[in-house]
Amino acid sequence: MAQEAIGTAPAADLVERLERMPALVNGDPWLVERGRFVTLDILIELGRIPYYLAVERGRIAALERGPKPLHSWRFALRAEEDAWRRHWEKMPPPHYHDLLAMAKRGALSIEGDLQPFMANLFYFKEVIAAPRRNGGAAR
Amino acid sequence: MTAPIDPIIGRYVHVTLGGRAHRLYFEEAGRGIPLVCLHTAGADGRQFRGMMTDGAITDHFRVLAFDLPWHGKSSPPEGWQREEYRLTTRSYTEAIRGFCMALDLERPVVLGCSIGGRIVLNLAIEHAAEFRALIGLEAADYQAPWYDRDWLYRPDVHGEVSAALVSGMMAPQSPDASRWETLWHYMQGGPGIFKGDLYFYRVDGDLRDRVGKIDTKLCPLYLLTGEYDFSCTPEDTARTAKQIAGAEVTVMKELGHFPMSENPAQFRRYILPILERIRQRT
Repeated sequence: MAQEAIGTAPAADLVERLERMPALVNGDPWLVERGRFVTLDILIELGRIPYYLAVERGRIAALERGPKPLHSWRFALRAEEDAWRRHWEKMPPPHYHDLLAMAKRGALSIEGDLQPFMANLFYFKEVIAAPRRNGGAAR
Repeated sequence: MTAPIDPIIGRYVHVTLGGRAHRLYFEEAGRGIPLVCLHTAGADGRQFRGMMTDGAITDHFRVLAFDLPWHGKSSPPEGWQREEYRLTTRSYTEAIRGFCMALDLERPVVLGCSIGGRIVLNLAIEHAAEFRALIGLEAADYQAPWYDRDWLYRPDVHGEVSAALVSGMMAPQSPDASRWETLWHYMQGGPGIFKGDLYFYRVDGDLRDRVGKIDTKLCPLYLLTGEYDFSCTPEDTARTAKQIAGAEVTVMKELGHFPMSENPAQFRRYILPILERIRQRT
């Protein structure tokens, strides 16, 4: 049981990277301004580990590691760890540099109510890519 | 002393297309072999500003770019307000040939990007003898759809989504200023126009069964695709070229779907040698 828990924990570098997202987004006044009409919860899966991102008027109010049973969300972004690692490189490789590029390749699934995602696409692309800032992932 | 002025001149030409009167806006710069440039879906001829201000090109080529009807400064035809815009293989081909004839261009080179790259393949299939050379940027005979076009034209999603959709189709190495200028053109597109162009790209313009007919001895064909283009990938272009004897493929490093506008300095490294070869053959 303990072994299985270790096996499903996301790599420390990815956790560190994702967990910087709130500070990076909230510290960028223009990005927050861009998202001023966005208030919702989304699900981000790193491999099998769910994270819940709560956005309030463009600010990230909370980022919590799940699972949180029966917690609802508007849309979900799910990718394997390696795909997120590539996405968050400072100069990401082709096909991993953009959420829609990843989706086209099958490396990312985007599910749920996509209206807020599409209506605020610039905002969400930049929020999700925020961990790329500050030097990018070590590879 | 006056401030710097770009050597680009913009005018309007009156052309009948599909039986309707159109007033097409076009820009041009340079002298020599006519080189007609076709913009991408949902954009306009401003994408070719880099080429039109590059003396290495304009010393030998008369570079022309027209805005398709409904795009840029080419207004829609009279009566547009009660119809949905849709580009087709036929209407696109007619617009290009109509423009070339209206300006009396003698065997021009045509360079097109994205939808322009696709239609260049159709020009090679149907009208090769009319052209000196054809250049397809980000060109393939077909691309698998990767999103629902309905997102592009609906009241609960701002038209800015067109720019957001294509923002990732540029290379991360491209300079911010030219990336965002390229996106600004998308933000300025009329409602439903990008979607209407994609009708040609996704629905009407599947050339997979026809590109094998292209005879590059009649007209040379050059295909160049950026490594970061995930819409028309280098693999899509290579697959297309495999069916065309004599078609030349170049994969462009550190470029995406908008090479001429996202990074003109990087693009000229690839396009200048090809233009030089076309000049040598002439």
